[in-house]
Amino acid sequence: MMQLKTVQTEHVPVQYLEGGSGQPLVFLHGAGGMTTGDPFLARLAERFHVHAPFLPGYGESEEAPELRDMLDITLHTLDVIDALGLENPILVGHSMGGMIAAEVAALAPNEISRLGLICPVGLWLEDHPIVDIFATLPFEMPALMFHDAEAGAAILTAGRNVSDPNFLQTYLVQNARQLGMAGRILFPIPDRGLASRMYRIKARTILVWGDSDRAVPPVYAQEFKRRIKGAQLVSIPEAGHMVTLEKTDQVADAINRLA
Amino acid sequence: MKFTWFNLMPWPDLPADFREKNRSVWVDIDQKLFDPERAHTVYNTYMDLLEYAGQVGFDGIGVNEHHQNGYGIMPSPNIIAAGLARRTKDTALVVLGNSIALYNPPVRVAEEFAMLDCISGGRLVAGFPVGTSMDTNFCYGQIPSLTREKYAEAHELIVRAWTSREPFAFNGRYNKLRYVNIWPRPIQQPHPPVHIPGGGSVETYDFCIDNTYSYSYLSFSGYLRAKVLMQGYWDRVAQRNAPDASPYRAGFAQTICVADTDEEAERLYWPHVNYFYNRCLHVYPGFADAPGYRTIKTIQTGALSQYAPPRGGYTQLTWKDLVEGGHVIAGSPETVRQRMEDLAKGLNVGNIFCLMHVGDMPAEKCMYSTKLFAEKVMPHLRNIFPDYADDDRFWCKPLKKLAKAGNLPSERDAAQAVAALV
Repeated sequence: MMQLKTVQTEHVPVQYLEGGSGQPLVFLHGAGGMTTGDPFLARLAERFHVHAPFLPGYGESEEAPELRDMLDITLHTLDVIDALGLENPILVGHSMGGMIAAEVAALAPNEISRLGLICPVGLWLEDHPIVDIFATLPFEMPALMFHDAEAGAAILTAGRNVSDPNFLQTYLVQNARQLGMAGRILFPIPDRGLASRMYRIKARTILVWGDSDRAVPPVYAQEFKRRIKGAQLVSIPEAGHMVTLEKTDQVADAINRLA
Repeated sequence: MKFTWFNLMPWPDLPADFREKNRSVWVDIDQKLFDPERAHTVYNTYMDLLEYAGQVGFDGIGVNEHHQNGYGIMPSPNIIAAGLARRTKDTALVVLGNSIALYNPPVRVAEEFAMLDCISGGRLVAGFPVGTSMDTNFCYGQIPSLTREKYAEAHELIVRAWTSREPFAFNGRYNKLRYVNIWPRPIQQPHPPVHIPGGGSVETYDFCIDNTYSYSYLSFSGYLRAKVLMQGYWDRVAQRNAPDASPYRAGFAQTICVADTDEEAERLYWPHVNYFYNRCLHVYPGFADAPGYRTIKTIQTGALSQYAPPRGGYTQLTWKDLVEGGHVIAGSPETVRQRMEDLAKGLNVGNIFCLMHVGDMPAEKCMYSTKLFAEKVMPHLRNIFPDYADDDRFWCKPLKKLAKAGNLPSERDAAQAVAALV
């Protein structure tokens, strides 16, 4: 079971989930956030000492208005790793977290030697636009995010009482906090110049992609592979963008290769 | 009372099945529905109507800014206002307004508003909206959760540019300018009056109170639904110990249709009201409110975006729904007068933005409604707030003597004058 802890950084106290033992691994969540009961984290914790920080604004984390752009958020992530006392952890990120992880690895190539990117964003191909999550309505999400939309919808609404009159306001506040922060690096196009910095990445890199990812189409996997020297791609059939929920074991097995 | 005749400038040819066939009237509206040659006529008719409103006695004529929008084909209100400045005499030009976070650098707004103020002889009433999420975030790509910070910086820069008499350096987060020194600057001192359109943000209430700006609630849902929001504003005015609760601290937009009788109003205007409410306001809810655009504090007050789907979903609204619900004030001059009085007193607003061109209303009906309002309604509403009759803080102060457009000497006189010089 992951435990919720707090670590102080220059800007705000950062909440993180910690669990397992073994080599240190830092996991950066996607724009949708992360829960204590995340099965993928539990699976990683079977092999690694997992630290999964919440980006400010996510979970119960305080917002950090001073983190405005990609560089701020990249340095903040390095600050968190430093504050956790970790040296050369395996750095893994999903979606937005993958973008941040890639930026960290490009900015600090001598500090990050193993990198796991699970369907990251950060690049933009004109012929293959990434879905605009900021204009997507909640009911449209499952079909975009999961291979199996019906099962995905059940996962997304689990534990939520949608008939509660306060649900909408709670949902709107959470959405504004989380995607408000995510927007600083993802809105309106999730490209903050990563392509021009990726040549700096020295880390041994595993890329993981669901074959039926409709949010960030698998053509991006090829683009990341092309731009990171020696990157290996693990493609997973019958999985969408939320591949960590749909094919938890297969993604964990791929990440285990970084051990 | 100050009455401003407003034209949103809707595209008049949205098809009857627009709602069924299109996702949104705004942001990603179908290019095929726009016809530039038709727009030539539409723009000129709309500008004629604005000028007509000035002639029949409205205090102001109003324009606003929207982008990629089927009910507002006015991405640059300043262009329209410049045209109006030349052909109107003593009417205020209410530009409500420029979305200042979208101008790069925002000194552009300080300059263009200064030009408008100079051309019009001090007739400008300026507006600084944050801009809707559709315009600001989805069309113009501003990052939602940084929009307000950028707006605040733009505001500071514009006011300094208007009021400084020395070049200054501006080291902002979003604007780095070594020499700010706008030339021209506005006639009105210290600067033109400012109205701020808002949709219920507490921050915007405070911003208006602190700067002595007028708070404008530009809703399409009418005065009955505006009570709670405007009360929130007045409560805040009291809480923050503003020196007064002058009704001119507030403005309100209201759709108004006047005819000879209530029945005639329905017969004449229902098709156009229907067009506006059931076609023009068809905004995809995903564009209504980019996460981060509104502050947490504002969401927690329970104010939903005015573009969010109405409770109960998208049923078609009828004339009865709209009139009884106060979305639209319509009927005989007496009916309209009564309801306008309720509106002004109920909300305590001194600035009314009269939405008198509605949807695809043709010019002749619009003129009829406008003239009836000016002649048979407006005079009876003039003195609702006698205690504040002298409050001129929120309105323009034109020059005593205005230059006339088209005032060159005849060619013969010019030739003679030149001949005398050589």
